[in-house]
Amino acid sequence: MKSRGILGKIYIFLVMLFLYSPIAVLVVLSFNNSRSRVVWGGFTTKWYRVLIESKSIMEALGTTFILAILSALFASILGLFGAIGIYSMRRRNYRIMLFCTNIPLLNADIVTGIALLLWFVRFLPLGFSSVLLAHITFNIPYVILCILPKLKEMDVHQYEAALDLGAGEAYAFVHILIPHILPGVLSGFLMAVTMSMDDFVITYFTRGAGVNTLSTLIYGELRKGIKPEMYALSTILFFVVLILLILVNLPYERMFSKRTIKKKVNIEK
Amino acid sequence: MEKELIRFENISKSFDSTDVLKDLTLSIHENEFVTLLGPSGCGKTTTLRILGGFEMPDSGRVFFDGMDITSLPPNKRQLNTVFQKYALFTHMNVAENIAFGLKIKGQDKSMIREKIAYSLKLVGLEGYEKRSPSSLSGGQQQRIAIARAIVNEPKVLLLDEPLGALDLKLRQDMQYELIRLKEELGITFVYVTHDQEEALTMSDTVVVMNQGRIQQIGSPEDIYNEPQNAFVADFIGESNLLDGIMVRDCLVNIGGLDFPCVDTGFGTDNPVDVVIRPEDVELSSSGEGQTKGRVISIVFKGVHWEMHVESDIGITFLVKTTDHFPVGSTVGISVDPYNIQIMHKPVSEDAQVYGQDESSEGEGYEP
Repeated sequence: MKSRGILGKIYIFLVMLFLYSPIAVLVVLSFNNSRSRVVWGGFTTKWYRVLIESKSIMEALGTTFILAILSALFASILGLFGAIGIYSMRRRNYRIMLFCTNIPLLNADIVTGIALLLWFVRFLPLGFSSVLLAHITFNIPYVILCILPKLKEMDVHQYEAALDLGAGEAYAFVHILIPHILPGVLSGFLMAVTMSMDDFVITYFTRGAGVNTLSTLIYGELRKGIKPEMYALSTILFFVVLILLILVNLPYERMFSKRTIKKKVNIEK
Repeated sequence: MEKELIRFENISKSFDSTDVLKDLTLSIHENEFVTLLGPSGCGKTTTLRILGGFEMPDSGRVFFDGMDITSLPPNKRQLNTVFQKYALFTHMNVAENIAFGLKIKGQDKSMIREKIAYSLKLVGLEGYEKRSPSSLSGGQQQRIAIARAIVNEPKVLLLDEPLGALDLKLRQDMQYELIRLKEELGITFVYVTHDQEEALTMSDTVVVMNQGRIQQIGSPEDIYNEPQNAFVADFIGESNLLDGIMVRDCLVNIGGLDFPCVDTGFGTDNPVDVVIRPEDVELSSSGEGQTKGRVISIVFKGVHWEMHVESDIGITFLVKTTDHFPVGSTVGISVDPYNIQIMHKPVSEDAQVYGQDESSEGEGYEP
């Protein structure tokens, strides 16, 4: 038993090592006061300063955030209605629609990127708007998948009860349905922000000249040789996405613990 | 009979090509406690949902107080529903739940507060305003759901298996509670259940349904004592359902033996269904009676004994009696003529229910 415990720990340690040591090295290098990748030249934050002073990087950062927020916002609204529509379908159509929703998730990014590019070059000039449209497109499925479980959890009769008590459909939607699925909408929104910030391939294909997000900028810079400020940038990106992921997962856990407490109270009665 | 309040006229409804309601016609009167009773899938809940406005019938019309409300949305109807699993708004407290309908109507705050207090008092939960629905027991949630519905002073209260989720003792208490509420409010109750005991206890009128059709409409006594067909006899209580031949008026032959009865109008030498309730089979230890039999099993049920008695005419009777007869003993079997209920045999499944619909109307339920 004991040896198995030790082996298990070693196994976990190795997994963690392979998964996270490259990122750890990246983070360490971003504070390295030397251009070398193997020599530790002392602690510095100068790469972060260089980063902030670089106009192209700051521009890309702005684009990335605006793109993430806007695309997540539109995707949340569209996904909300999509999820409600899919949820209210009868069994067969429900499955078909859910399948259609899942295709873009599983589809290779490069295929989605090229496919969108083909459409965009025909109908609108490549630029910020085409990237935004592309991001909205691949974000919608994430939002739908975050909201659907919340809808399933909810007792549909609550909505009907609201109508029964004299509420119009819009009133019941805002006062009954929305409060129930809001956690799902929020986690869908955060998920979409994460996915938008995370994306490289689709952005790369659908952006026009001059539009750069952080990921396409880093890629462009890397071709000229790796600069230490890129380590700093990657470190920032990593932590932002990490924090977002924690936020996405947090509400679920909180609600779960709340619910178990309530259940306990009921049993005690 | 009071004035007619609700009328279903030739309602048909199907889901995914399954017929749920077939040409249903039904009248409900003011201040009546009507129960729609039937097995699951018989269309009773769909009937209630059509009345509530949550489903549209494929054909037919619904009238409320003389007005066609078939396509009126639920929020425009003067009735309120108590849902099967209560459907309380879990993100609101008890007072907010009850106030929901009043707020939409734009009533002023002090009035709303008074009405909340009054309705909570009616259901016996004074002082529960600030509680969260999820902190309440099933029975309490049930009462809140009722309070939330009746606070809007509907003309009709619809109840969809409201006691289904409660335990036996609570269910029985709530039955009396509902009867009291109805008397206090003086409004019409339309109640859906699959529990025949609930239906018999509370209703003025029971509507027995099966496979989307009404099988029988009548008072609880009628439904129990004078079932119109084999389905009703079998569904309401336990019964001995036997094949018989109507020799002539007031005489039926069961298993080769003639039994006097009180039914007439079934012709001569016609095959019929016969119902004898288990408590109506009389046993005697002396072996005297219309026929003899042997006790093959006996189970103690508390108030009575439940036995199977194999009779000399080849029929095994289910018998409920307060007397004890040991297994293997010979007993005399007799049935009072009043306790033999004769029913037409169905020609086919559809003809069965259709014919019975007509006959139940013919026997004067319609005022």
